[in-house]
Amino acid sequence: MPLIEIRDLHFYRGDRAIFKGVDLDIYRGKVTAIMGPSGTGKTTLLKLIGGQLVPDQGTIMVDGQDVHRLPHAQLYELRKRMGMLFQSGALLTDISVFDNVAFPLREHTNLPESMIQDLVSMKLQAVGLRNAKELMPAELSGGMARRVALARAVALDPMMIMYDEPFTGQDPISMGTLVNLIKRINQSMGLTSIVVSHDLEETMAIADEIYLLSGGKVIERGTPDTLQDSSSEWVKQFVEGLPDGPVPFHFPGMSFEDDLLNRKAVK
Amino acid sequence: MGTIQRLGQWAIGTSERLGRGYLFLMAILAGIPGSLFRFSLVIQQIYSVGVLSVLLILISGLFVGMVLGLQGYNTLVDFGAEESLGVMVSLSLVRELGPVVSALLFAGRAGSALTAEIGLMKSTEQLSGMEMMAVDPIRRVITPRFLAGFISLPFLAAIFSAVGILGGYLVGYGLLGVDDGAFWTQMQTKTDWYDDILNGVIKSIVFGFVVTWIALFEGHDAIPTSEGVGRATTRTVVHSAFAILGLDFVLTALMFGDV
Ligand SMILES: Nc1ncnc2c1ncn2[C@@H]1O[C@H](COP(=O)(O)OP(=O)(O)OP(=O)(O)O)[C@@H](O)[C@H]1O
Ligand SMILES: [Mg+2]
Repeated sequence: MPLIEIRDLHFYRGDRAIFKGVDLDIYRGKVTAIMGPSGTGKTTLLKLIGGQLVPDQGTIMVDGQDVHRLPHAQLYELRKRMGMLFQSGALLTDISVFDNVAFPLREHTNLPESMIQDLVSMKLQAVGLRNAKELMPAELSGGMARRVALARAVALDPMMIMYDEPFTGQDPISMGTLVNLIKRINQSMGLTSIVVSHDLEETMAIADEIYLLSGGKVIERGTPDTLQDSSSEWVKQFVEGLPDGPVPFHFPGMSFEDDLLNRKAVK
Repeated sequence: MGTIQRLGQWAIGTSERLGRGYLFLMAILAGIPGSLFRFSLVIQQIYSVGVLSVLLILISGLFVGMVLGLQGYNTLVDFGAEESLGVMVSLSLVRELGPVVSALLFAGRAGSALTAEIGLMKSTEQLSGMEMMAVDPIRRVITPRFLAGFISLPFLAAIFSAVGILGGYLVGYGLLGVDDGAFWTQMQTKTDWYDDILNGVIKSIVFGFVVTWIALFEGHDAIPTSEGVGRATTRTVVHSAFAILGLDFVLTALMFGDV
């Protein structure tokens, strides 16, 4: 049985449909990548899985529990076992890097301070920022902040982690380290990982399975190899990064020509 | 859009906000027992909400008291009743100016800061991040601040009144030569524990409750952009001022209306 089962997911922002019938399975112990053009709703999907947004139709089961039917207390219990790396990092800005990573440990465990020190140092060491622990979040670069957020997301040793664009803003060296780290965390801790990313190469390197989302639907699913060889126009465009093809680069709406003409008409 | 349509939309929007505000308050209140167990969080907030407002309260209270001394003396001396200056100053402060002015200052100093802080935490996804770490932001962030505001204001109002009375005394005795024995004894005999002091304290408890609620709700409900947070901060100060002055009238009518 998959760890996460999404069935017939519909979600609207106002009148705009973000998802219109998404089915998706995420298997235990695997790295599942979710890719798709900017603005398709990848972040939204993670927030739906975490129970922060409520679908208009359809169900999301995590570890056999229907996320959106759980009472408050049980939803919070479930979230203790879900780690999430936010696109923005979402570090608490009024406490140091160390305290940020220690935050979930202090909130949810009664570990003695010395053990918290050790655990936090370990997690920070893994992301290469042990010596930055005294810094405040405002003193970090975007890439560093994201690595701290990663250390924080794994602090409680969750059963799964959702990574929202972990590679953005990383230099090639930390990128390589991160790719390895995600892979290693996944293998050594038997974790289930969901990676949302635009970085094709890195994603292909670590994913066991990839879902491509566009226009509110799953366009394609498969292993990195099958996607590479896919004959679908859509997949080709995405994999090769072509500007023209079935995926529109532009946010839906009036065409540029109409926009220009309209403006003239108004004048 | 027609005027009536706009009016209707405004009415719907306002009642929706009131509803959300009410639910928000219920969530805060539900978190209070938990906060009492982690009182250190509340203490931290009492420091930033209350203790850091003390200087402002001290200075404002002193000046308000001194002005009361001057104005009161000018009126009372015409009736040869300048010995009653102490009563006049203390009753004005304890019943009205202490609770009201300190609440207005509190809304401007601490309320606006609370709104901006919570609004920024929302717009930088810190609240969302906490939720995903299975930490309820209402209980962890909002409720301790609510308790802190609610606890701090009565003390701030008391400090305001005390310093104000001192200011009135300095002007009355030091500057205008009112007899200091009369100043204090009249004040002591005419200021009633229950009627005056307790009612003043009740007022400031009510104001603390309302101002902190408004400030936290505006922050939590802010549109998560810099403009949204800026507007929420303004709303906190404006709505708090209305609420304080309006409630003051209602409370005064209830407490002193039949005297
Ligand atoms: N709070 C919101 N209110 C209204 N619409 C929103 C909100 N957040 C996101 N959207 C809309 O939902 C859509 C999906 O947003 P989402 O952030 O999930 O995209 P994404 O796939 O993560 O994009 P990116 O790759 O750029 O991060 C976007 O088109 C956006 O306009
Ligand atoms: Mg996103």
